[in-house]
Amino acid sequence: MSDAPRTMFEKIWDRHRVLEREDGQTLLYVDRHLMHDGGAVAFDVLRKRGLKPRAPERIFAVPDHYVPTDSRKLEEIRDPRHRELVEKLARNTAEHGIRNFGLGDPNQGIVHVIGPETGLSQPGMVMVCGDSHTSTHGALGALAFGIGSTEVAHVLATQTLWQRKPKAMRITVEGQLGPGVSAKDVILAIIAKIGAAGATGHVIEYAGSAITSLSMEGRLTLCNMSIEAGGRAGMVAPDETTFAYLAGRPYAPEDWEAAVERWRALPSDPGALFDAEVTLDGDAIEPMVTWGNSPEDALPIGGVVPGPDLAADAERREMMARMLDYMGLAPGTRLDGLPVDRVFIGSCTNSRIEDLRAAAAIARGRKVAEGVEAWVVPGSEPVKRQAEAEGLHEVFRAAGFAWREPGCSMCLGVNGDIAPPGTRVASTSNRNFMGRQGPGARTHLVSPAMAAAAAVSGHFTDVRRLMAESA
Amino acid sequence: MEAFTRLDSVAVPLPRPNIDTDQIIPGRFLSRPREVDHSAFLFHDARRLPGTEEPNPDFPLNQEAYRPARIIVAGRNFACGSSRESAVWALFDAGFRCAIAPSFGDIFRNNGMKNGLLPVVLPAEAVAALIAQIEAAPGARVTVDLVALTVTFPDGTVHGFEVDPFARHCLLEGLDEIGLTLSLEDQIAAFERRFGRENSR
Repeated sequence: MSDAPRTMFEKIWDRHRVLEREDGQTLLYVDRHLMHDGGAVAFDVLRKRGLKPRAPERIFAVPDHYVPTDSRKLEEIRDPRHRELVEKLARNTAEHGIRNFGLGDPNQGIVHVIGPETGLSQPGMVMVCGDSHTSTHGALGALAFGIGSTEVAHVLATQTLWQRKPKAMRITVEGQLGPGVSAKDVILAIIAKIGAAGATGHVIEYAGSAITSLSMEGRLTLCNMSIEAGGRAGMVAPDETTFAYLAGRPYAPEDWEAAVERWRALPSDPGALFDAEVTLDGDAIEPMVTWGNSPEDALPIGGVVPGPDLAADAERREMMARMLDYMGLAPGTRLDGLPVDRVFIGSCTNSRIEDLRAAAAIARGRKVAEGVEAWVVPGSEPVKRQAEAEGLHEVFRAAGFAWREPGCSMCLGVNGDIAPPGTRVASTSNRNFMGRQGPGARTHLVSPAMAAAAAVSGHFTDVRRLMAESA
Repeated sequence: MEAFTRLDSVAVPLPRPNIDTDQIIPGRFLSRPREVDHSAFLFHDARRLPGTEEPNPDFPLNQEAYRPARIIVAGRNFACGSSRESAVWALFDAGFRCAIAPSFGDIFRNNGMKNGLLPVVLPAEAVAALIAQIEAAPGARVTVDLVALTVTFPDGTVHGFEVDPFARHCLLEGLDEIGLTLSLEDQIAAFERRFGRENSR
C-alpha cells in the first residue's frame, strides 16, 4: 500500500478488498447486511440454488415497508400479499438463524433508523441493504449503499459484492446554519445546486463546519438523501459526536477502546484528492420547499414557482410544464401561503427523536388547521418510547396530529398509507416523485419544523415566523 | 441470465429527465415474486389518463409504431431513485433489452446489467439526436452491439459506448455472478481469516 494521502472512502474500500481483477472489478467484503420485508425474492433465489446465507451473524432484518402504522398485529395487515411478506421475512430469517426485529419487537422500526440506533451501523464498515436509502448509515463514517435484489442474493450467498470503485466527491458546507434551518434544508439546498444526477457515480463525503456541527440525527438526514443527488453513498467523518452517539448502544463493539482507536484513523488524510469538489455557504441556506417532482426542484420558502420559460432547454421546458400540471401549480405562485391538505412527519429521512422534537416545538400550543390531516409516524419503537417519555405524543395529539406506529408509511405508501389524487402533501420524506405517495398525490418535501408549520397554518409558511411568535 | 450480444430493434423515445423507478413501476405493484409477469405494471400510471384506465395516447409506449420496441431512449438520470429491481423486470418482461440515456441511476444500472437489460450511456447531444431521429420516423430501427460496443442510429451514424468489462463479459456469456463468486471461496475465506473479528460486533 502506498503512503499517498487517502480519502476516508478509499481507506474503507482498501480494507474490504477481497480481490481485484485486472479489469478493475473488486470483490468487496460486506460487514453488515440489513434486510427488510421487501427482500423475499433474494431468499427465493438462494432456495432455488440450494444455497444458505454464508454469514447469518452479519445479517439483521426488520419489517418496515409493509407494516401497518395503525396496528402492531400481523393478523391486522389487511392486504394478504403484504401480510405474507412480513411473515416470509420472519420465516426466512428464523430458518437461517438471522436476527429479525419483528413486528412487536422493542427495536422494530425503519431499517435505516434502527441500524444506527442499535449500534449495528459503525464507522469503517461496508454496509449494504436492498434499499436505496442505505446511504443513511454513512453518517457514522461507514461506506453504505443500496443494492437490488440480485445483489442481495449475491451478498447472502457470498458475503461479498462485485463493485467498480466509484469516484469521490467532497461537498463542503462552511458557516453556521440559521435558526429554523436543519440538515433537511442543507441537503435540499445541495441537491438544488448540483442536481438529481449531480453526484452520479460518486461517493460523497460531507465536510465543513456546518456539517461537523450537526448532531448525529442531522447527519443521518443529510446522508440519507445522498441518493437523491445520484450519489452511490454519502459519508461524514466519525468524530466525538459519532463516538458519543454509539457508546452504550446494544450492538456497540465489545472492545470499545480498540474500536474508537481504529475509527480515529478513518477521516480523510490531509491532501487526499477528490474527483469533484462542491462548496456551499451554510449561512445562506434557508428553510426549503420543493415545488416539482424531483428533489432538485427545491427553493427557499420565500421563492415563487418558476415558469417553464426560465428552462435552459426544450427538454427541461417540457418537463417543467409536465410537473406544474401534475402539481397543480401556476408559475409565479408564492410557496409561502400555498395551501396543504395532508402533512406527513416520518420516513428514514426525518423520523428520529430530534425531528419529532423540532416538529413538536412548533405544534405545541397550536392546532392543526381546519381540513388538514396531519400524521406523525415515529421511525422506530425506541423513538416512539423516547418521544412518549418526553410527552411529545401529547403535544401532537393536543394539536390534532395522529400519533402512529413505526414504519415507512406514507414515504412510499406500499403498505397502503397513501394520499388521494390531487392531495397536496407537506412531507418530511425524501422523494416528491409523481405518484410516490399515491396516484396523483402532490408531494412537497420539507423539514419536520416546516411540516409542522404547514400543518398548523394550513399552508406552507416560513417556520421562522412561527418560531418568533413562540419565543 | 439471458445473454446480450447484439440487438436490432425499434426504439421508443421518452425524452424526459429524471424518470424515476416509481414511475417505471409504482409502489403498489412491488409485492410480487419474480415469477409474475411484470409487463402490465410498466409505466402503469404514466401510460393512463389521470384517474382512469384509459390509455394516454400521448404516451409513446402506447403508440402503435413503437409497440415492437425493445430499446428505450430516455433523458438524463433515467431510472433514478428506488432500488426496486422490479423496474428492470417490468421493462424486461415488456420485451426491453436495452436502455439508452445520457446518465442512469447507479442502482438501476447495476440491476439492469445483472438481469440482461443493457444500460448504454451516450453523450447528451447524441441521445438528443437519436430521439430526434426516432421521433421523426417512428418505428425506425437502432442497432446496439455489445461486442463492438457501438450503437448505430437510424441515419447510419455509429456511436461508441463504454461499459464495465466484467459486466460486459457476464452479459455476453449470460453468466450469473453467484456461481462465479462461489468458485472464489478460498479467497473469501482467506480474507475473513486476515480480517479477523474486526467489525464483527
